[in-house]
Amino acid sequence: MVWLRRIRQSVMLHSFLHDPVAVGSAIFLLFFLIVGFGAPLVAPHNPYDSASIDVMDSEKPPVWEEGSDERFLLGTDAQGRDMLSTILYGLRVSLIIGMGAVALQAFLGITVGLIAGYGGRWVDTLFMRLADVQLSFSTYMIAIFIGAIVKASLGVGNFERIAVPFLIVVIGLAEWPQIGRTVRASVLGEKNKEYVEAARVIGLPARRIMIRHILPNTLTPVLVISTVQVANAIMSEAALSFIGLGMPITRPSLGSLIKAGFEYIFSGSWWITILPGIVLVLLILSINLLGDWLRDYLNPKLYKS
Amino acid sequence: MDTTHAHNAAASSATPLLETVNLVKHFDISGGLLDRIQWRGSNLEFARTVVRAVNNVSLSIAKGETLSVVGESGCGKSTLARTVLGLYPPQSGQVLYRGERIDNLSPQQMLPYRTKMQMVFQDPYASLNPRMKVREILEEPVRFHHKEKSRSEVKDRVAEVMKQVGVCPDWGERYPHEFSGGQRQRISIARALVVDTEFIVADEPISALDVSIQAQILNLLMDAQEQRSLTYLFISHDLSVVEHISTRVAVMYLGFLCELAPTEELFTNPRHPYTQALLSAIPQLGAPSQDHIRLSGDVPTPINLPPGCVFHGRCPHADKRCRREIPAFLASGDTTLVACHGVEEGRI
Repeated sequence: MVWLRRIRQSVMLHSFLHDPVAVGSAIFLLFFLIVGFGAPLVAPHNPYDSASIDVMDSEKPPVWEEGSDERFLLGTDAQGRDMLSTILYGLRVSLIIGMGAVALQAFLGITVGLIAGYGGRWVDTLFMRLADVQLSFSTYMIAIFIGAIVKASLGVGNFERIAVPFLIVVIGLAEWPQIGRTVRASVLGEKNKEYVEAARVIGLPARRIMIRHILPNTLTPVLVISTVQVANAIMSEAALSFIGLGMPITRPSLGSLIKAGFEYIFSGSWWITILPGIVLVLLILSINLLGDWLRDYLNPKLYKS
Repeated sequence: MDTTHAHNAAASSATPLLETVNLVKHFDISGGLLDRIQWRGSNLEFARTVVRAVNNVSLSIAKGETLSVVGESGCGKSTLARTVLGLYPPQSGQVLYRGERIDNLSPQQMLPYRTKMQMVFQDPYASLNPRMKVREILEEPVRFHHKEKSRSEVKDRVAEVMKQVGVCPDWGERYPHEFSGGQRQRISIARALVVDTEFIVADEPISALDVSIQAQILNLLMDAQEQRSLTYLFISHDLSVVEHISTRVAVMYLGFLCELAPTEELFTNPRHPYTQALLSAIPQLGAPSQDHIRLSGDVPTPINLPPGCVFHGRCPHADKRCRREIPAFLASGDTTLVACHGVEEGRI
């Protein structure tokens, strides 16, 4: 109860409720999260069940267009799958990959950032030069490189089965320096504060000081970056899927749906590529706007009356 | 009072609680490899820039006494305090606790001493972790050092110490930002007292506080000393506070000790020219203003220490020997130690 009251009285909630953009994007994001993760319950069809798909239903337009089928609210794709269900399942895949990749980035980035920042000297130099090297390659270059190797060595069939964890690992590995550098910078600011010296006077081991004392005080910027990075990871995944190195079309993500529909856009079946595109844009936009609000809220220099 | 003093003096002649022997702490601020490259004439050199924060400091602190270290900003007082506690590893010299060397111990070997030596910091706003509740801050040292203690024993211990420092034990569930500066400093002192503390380094513990709170915290420190027979190394630049609280006073200038004497002796009969200047700078009600000893020039940088006595550039009594030879820290009278050629030669 105390907890509930604290939330209700908090400045954060007040700031949130008085920012219509933040509330709007939070509602959108919440909606996407619910329908995405609840896809098996919400979706009218199961696009993974090939027995229920009929090729005769292919390329049906959405219900408001001529020649539509009322079973398919948003029409069907080239294989006769219901677009609405496919988008919901694709949304789920995109969200899982985005969050999984950021979880991995955060884990790597926080670990490296803490050790580099607190350790200092050559440890710091080593990890940060590693991060510099990593940042000098684009994410896509790394992902394409690793993706091509893995795909060639496993074969396309096997690759489909490990596609989700593979994408999580690739995107997670490619983008950890963003979080790693941020954490290191905050650790450098925190580690000379007197509470850290007090912990050292008590005799606590370095690992405990890092985790119990320094880490909680560096998490604010990590939180902000992580929200933006979820959007980035979903975009990276979509881009990789678009060039054919991401999710296979049998278990589509939003990106691979856009790619699959792209081939039909000139034959008039615009909905196959446009509709997942709109969902992707809305998802990224709501995450980014929410991240912007969070950044502004956590930056005391930007406090408005 | 007299008997305890006599007792302390006897104990100090045996083994001092804490002793530093020729302690030296330098900081390398030359930065990365690229920053260090310098052209000298036609040669490329790797220059090193070293701040000589603490130089050859030898002092001993007897059990139960309060040794104050005074000096102006940047003279190495805080560095000395942190080096004594092992927060900074010394370049050379030794730190002895009850006669045992502690400056070269591993963190594991150091643990038994960690329960005995604690620190109180200057800034009560930075010395408490903002993300931990007061109860967690105070329980952590007890839990860490006494893993055998049960939950309720730890709780009792913390409550007892909180009561002693004048913080209600019911406030344990609050975060540090909910307290005022004075209350935070009380919590900070409580953290230093929850383990079996014998020796506390207080690094300007009251200079960040409101004047009306300073006396309270000072009294709290003195009461705690009486109840737990604590020994203090008290770092300060406030001479009136130092006069009030200390048994003995050490004066530092540019990382060197100038003078070390019992409080009354130092304040009535300062011998080192720097101490004389420092004491004459204490503002006094009604005293004529031309009483000050006006030192010329500035404090030299600790990166390029002057040769000889570091004070010679500003000392009215300096002569040739002072510019060449570093003065030794010698006894002058029964209880006073002074590092000055002039005092040694009887010129001053």
